[in-house]
Amino acid sequence: MHIKYESFVREPLVDGDKDYHQVSEDIIRPIEGKPGRMWYVGFFFALALLAYGVFSVSWAVYWGLGTWGVNRTIGWGWDITNFVWWVGIGHAGTLISAILLLFRQGWRTGVNRAAEAMTIFAVMCAGQFPIWHMGRVWDAFFVLPLPNSRGPLWPNFDSPLLWDVFAISTYFTVSLLFWYSGLIPDFALVRDRAKTNFRKMMYGFASFGWTGTAKNWQRQEALALVLAGLSTPLVLSVHTIVSFDFATSVIPGWHTTIFPPYFVAGAVFSGFAMVNTLLVITRKILHLEEYITIGHLEAMNKVIVLTGSIVGIAYLTELFIAWYSQSWGEMAAFQWRILGPYWWSYWAMMTCNVVSPQLFWVKKLRRNIPFTFIMSIVVNIGMWFERFVIIVTSTYRDWIPGSWAYYSPTWPEVGFYLGTFGLFFTCYFLFAKYFPVIAVAEIKFVLKTSGDNYKRGMAKYEEQSSESFIEMVTSHHDEEHHEPAHH
Amino acid sequence: MAIKKFAVAAYDDEDVLFPAVSKVRRSGYKMHDVYTPFPVHGLDVAMGLKETDLHIAGFIYGLCGTSTAVGFISWIYTIDWKINYGGKPHFSLPAWIPITFELTVLFAAVGMVLTFCYLNQIMPGVKKHVFHPRQSDDLFILTLELNNHTSEADAIAFLKSTGAKETSIQMAEESWWYGRWDKKEEYEALNA
Repeated sequence: MHIKYESFVREPLVDGDKDYHQVSEDIIRPIEGKPGRMWYVGFFFALALLAYGVFSVSWAVYWGLGTWGVNRTIGWGWDITNFVWWVGIGHAGTLISAILLLFRQGWRTGVNRAAEAMTIFAVMCAGQFPIWHMGRVWDAFFVLPLPNSRGPLWPNFDSPLLWDVFAISTYFTVSLLFWYSGLIPDFALVRDRAKTNFRKMMYGFASFGWTGTAKNWQRQEALALVLAGLSTPLVLSVHTIVSFDFATSVIPGWHTTIFPPYFVAGAVFSGFAMVNTLLVITRKILHLEEYITIGHLEAMNKVIVLTGSIVGIAYLTELFIAWYSQSWGEMAAFQWRILGPYWWSYWAMMTCNVVSPQLFWVKKLRRNIPFTFIMSIVVNIGMWFERFVIIVTSTYRDWIPGSWAYYSPTWPEVGFYLGTFGLFFTCYFLFAKYFPVIAVAEIKFVLKTSGDNYKRGMAKYEEQSSESFIEMVTSHHDEEHHEPAHH
Repeated sequence: MAIKKFAVAAYDDEDVLFPAVSKVRRSGYKMHDVYTPFPVHGLDVAMGLKETDLHIAGFIYGLCGTSTAVGFISWIYTIDWKINYGGKPHFSLPAWIPITFELTVLFAAVGMVLTFCYLNQIMPGVKKHVFHPRQSDDLFILTLELNNHTSEADAIAFLKSTGAKETSIQMAEESWWYGRWDKKEEYEALNA
């Protein structure tokens, strides 16, 4: 008998009557067919946004950063807000692919590929902001510790801004490697199924000549496990270091030790929301409802309510500590945050991040797809406002009342932000068309344990008493172990 | 290039594959390899493969990253170009932890992936013989390496007796080659 057995208490991860071949069919078919009209509409819309972003950035580079709304009091505006927002979104992908792998969460198999793709694209978008914010972008390589004619004068290794350079570039590289090492076997599947020479050539190239020998797989699993082990502290370090950009300064509202865990929780929170936004649409358009089930969405909504609550507690702790410190600077910063000219951003953040995710305590709402979709957008709006609140409402009233200022973005800043959406969705549409959006090999790996039809076949064992079940399993084991003794 | 002769068996169930593997190991035939569409746990043990040392390589690469970061930054700050940043000591190890950590992870990950590709002999453009087009889909492929003295018919009959759904004899390159796909007809003519 098949030992693979999982309790009925767990929902099946793959619905419907699937066998291995059907899994390949369902997931690879969109790659082999022509994309639908919706795909073209979405793709060209994303390209148009990207073009507008390129124009906006070119404008800012040509005329200088004076075209942006940032000023001497508020030096970081939408750009750094968007940077932190995009990096945060990326974190869910790594959490799903790495941390949930270490925790042996089977449900990650349905969503990890798309979530990791999201990570990579989000980090690409995030990276744009600090780079173009440099203004003289042709000097961007100054951040790299390269031998140079300025001494050589090296970058400041004691600065969180330089830590960020290392953190983000490492994060991007490691995520890409992790993602791609999982993609290689699936590309081999597309190659072996390919009917046209062109497709065979392209996917043959992308699959690196993978054939899937037992040794290949053994190494692949070892690699995935170690990369997951490396990515787990890495993802925590990345947003910790991003939070150091603020926390190591002496600005009231930034100078707090709570920032690292608070930023990491917020990052996971917004990232899961973005995963939900993408997957609710992807599963519908590519007909993958049986692989990305409502159970998957519910699991992610549970993470959202958890991380949303952590973020909420962090907001309240900040307020409490501001009062408890009795530091007038801290108290004033938070009072102005809540009641000052930017009150609307604070309350938008509070409503979207703290109040609304609490609705996910209700199981019906967690399993409601339109509600999940709306909430995923709401959460990301809230998390955008969180970064805006931290950045702008900590700096707009500084130590000298004469330099107090107000900030609103100009069109090149807005255009830049829209442009990163263009970049993100251009990449995502290409991914959804040309890449297996679900890790095929991983689904096959869990199919006989967690597939709906296989679980139904286990019903007869479910009725057995545990003694007879154990006896049956162990007798089977003995047989297997004694077999080599015959020769 | 070493073209060899293989007897190929395709199984459609792991539960048939495992006994087949142990039968092959006892039979005296030379097992070339087993190809599966996904990682089948326990197959490496059943085939008598050793556990991989890839993670040890990863550990060593990580150590290289750590020492590169600490060595490089401390050389810069204590020897090459001493700068007083706000009165911090030149050798300020705690401030270097983040970069040291990142480089440790970076070196370990990049090194491991390159080693993974090297050990598996995979690279963009590399081609290997695919014994069955469904070996990455839903079939488990077991291959025996034959020589001039082995009877093809016996090998096939033996594989059938282990529960194979499909069997064949194929001439194939045992390792990898680097070439263009439009030259593949010449290669495929071997089995014509």
